[in-house]
Amino acid sequence: MQVSGALLFQLGALLTTLAILGAVARRYALSPIPVYLMAGLALGKGGIMPVAAAGEFVTTGAPIGIVLLLLTLGLEFSATEFASSLRHHLPSAGVDIVLNATPGAVAGWLLGLDGVAILAVAGVTYISSSGVIARLLGDLGRLGNRETPAVLSVLVLEDFAMAAYLPLFAVLASGGSWLDAVAGMAAAVGALCAAFAASYRWGHHVGRLVEHPDSEQLLLRVLGVTLMVAALAEFLHASAAVGAFLVGLTLTGETADRARKVLGPLRDLFAAVFFLAIGLSVDPRELLPMIPAALALATVTAATKVATGIFAARRDGVARRGQLRAGTALIARGEFSLIIIGLIGPSIAEVAALATAYVFIMAIAGPVLARYTGGPLPASAGRGD
Amino acid sequence: MDVKEVLLPGVGLRYEFTSHKGDRIGIVARRGGDFDVVLYARDDPDQARPVFCLTDEEAEAVAQILGAPRIAERFTELAHGVPGLEAGQVRITPESPFVDHPLGDTQARSRTGASIVAIVRDEQVLASPGPAEMLRAQDVLIVIGTEEGIAGVEQIVDKG
Repeated sequence: MQVSGALLFQLGALLTTLAILGAVARRYALSPIPVYLMAGLALGKGGIMPVAAAGEFVTTGAPIGIVLLLLTLGLEFSATEFASSLRHHLPSAGVDIVLNATPGAVAGWLLGLDGVAILAVAGVTYISSSGVIARLLGDLGRLGNRETPAVLSVLVLEDFAMAAYLPLFAVLASGGSWLDAVAGMAAAVGALCAAFAASYRWGHHVGRLVEHPDSEQLLLRVLGVTLMVAALAEFLHASAAVGAFLVGLTLTGETADRARKVLGPLRDLFAAVFFLAIGLSVDPRELLPMIPAALALATVTAATKVATGIFAARRDGVARRGQLRAGTALIARGEFSLIIIGLIGPSIAEVAALATAYVFIMAIAGPVLARYTGGPLPASAGRGD
Repeated sequence: MDVKEVLLPGVGLRYEFTSHKGDRIGIVARRGGDFDVVLYARDDPDQARPVFCLTDEEAEAVAQILGAPRIAERFTELAHGVPGLEAGQVRITPESPFVDHPLGDTQARSRTGASIVAIVRDEQVLASPGPAEMLRAQDVLIVIGTEEGIAGVEQIVDKG
């Protein structure tokens, strides 16, 4: 076996840099996603320091990052939580889609993009980052707050909406007709319902296929099955991401818990690789002219997410300040918006540049706004009584 | 005590209750096994003030310190899955005719159909106690049976 010193060194240096910058971001309760994007931009084409050897690995690893992100999302999904969210927050989900997808669609239309690209931008502005937000709520000590279930319910419903959106979008992005796309979406939603039913009734048996007391065995089995299902889904033009999400949904209970644990570190690594890849694929020179549009879009969709949060929290009988906290918590966009960008890839460079700039702004602005609105942080509020 | 349970999708569960002094207390049980204990300000019941966080091991230790009630509660969870089956706790008061008598004297099972599956004494659990096990004042019997069966055991233990 030939060892490529350049690859090892570049990759090592890259990960170390990410670790240091990410730690700085974490210190201020910020998400490290913008840091990863920034690093990718700096290192890619037109960047300050192209890394050819590691770049290849990053590009290969990126799809695995998408698959792992969706797999763990599926693993975290529970039928009870989904049903409860649906019961209490279906109207909130409707408000969420209308308020947040529309600005993206309008922006795409104003920029003179075609239908697929408009759909892409709408998706990017619609979907909040459940990863960033769940972490943020924990960091800010807001998990116990009364508005938090509303926020989390909206996120769960968004994640599920993504499962319908991704195949529709994947087919359109790969050049299929709207009819194919709707068929693809119907197939995916059907498969989703089937997986749901299967996990509900026979989740135990499905789990037994991959269950093994040895973590190494469990990791290899879950990963192997997921990658194959993802490949199959991709082959059927339903998006690998949806396939991975399905596998995650089907695994439940103890197996899901353990799989989450063993896959966690792997997911973190490949998710970082995926974010890097997005940065690498965008030319900073294309990004700059898109910044004013991205800023305008960010301002509008931050406001619409706040409105969504206020609406959802009000349904739960939360007072004014809590409603505002719910609204600002929902602002952050992140991994899913990037997955949409990943799917269109370099085919529509304009959209990729706009959306990358947009996510970059939102992943920073979201946590900052959430931190400074809706009353003082608990630590300082603690002096009250 | 009235404990409210709220689902936190993707995070875990939140339990909420008001203590006898009027403090609104919340416990967030995270899926990973960690617990956050929070307190709600009286002027803003929406905002939680974190008091402390516990890992699952620490929470286990605290639960043991807080003692028997929690152990008993866990037994109560046992019966949840089976329709018609309930689990109850019956305390042996100092006035009970069975203090310092063997468990077998109660003939609880043959008279009510309910089984005494454990005795919680101080912080100890005597699982599957035999008929010769001596009962003490302040023991808590964990009883599994129908609702009437459990009520029957309560009556027997109180009045003989």
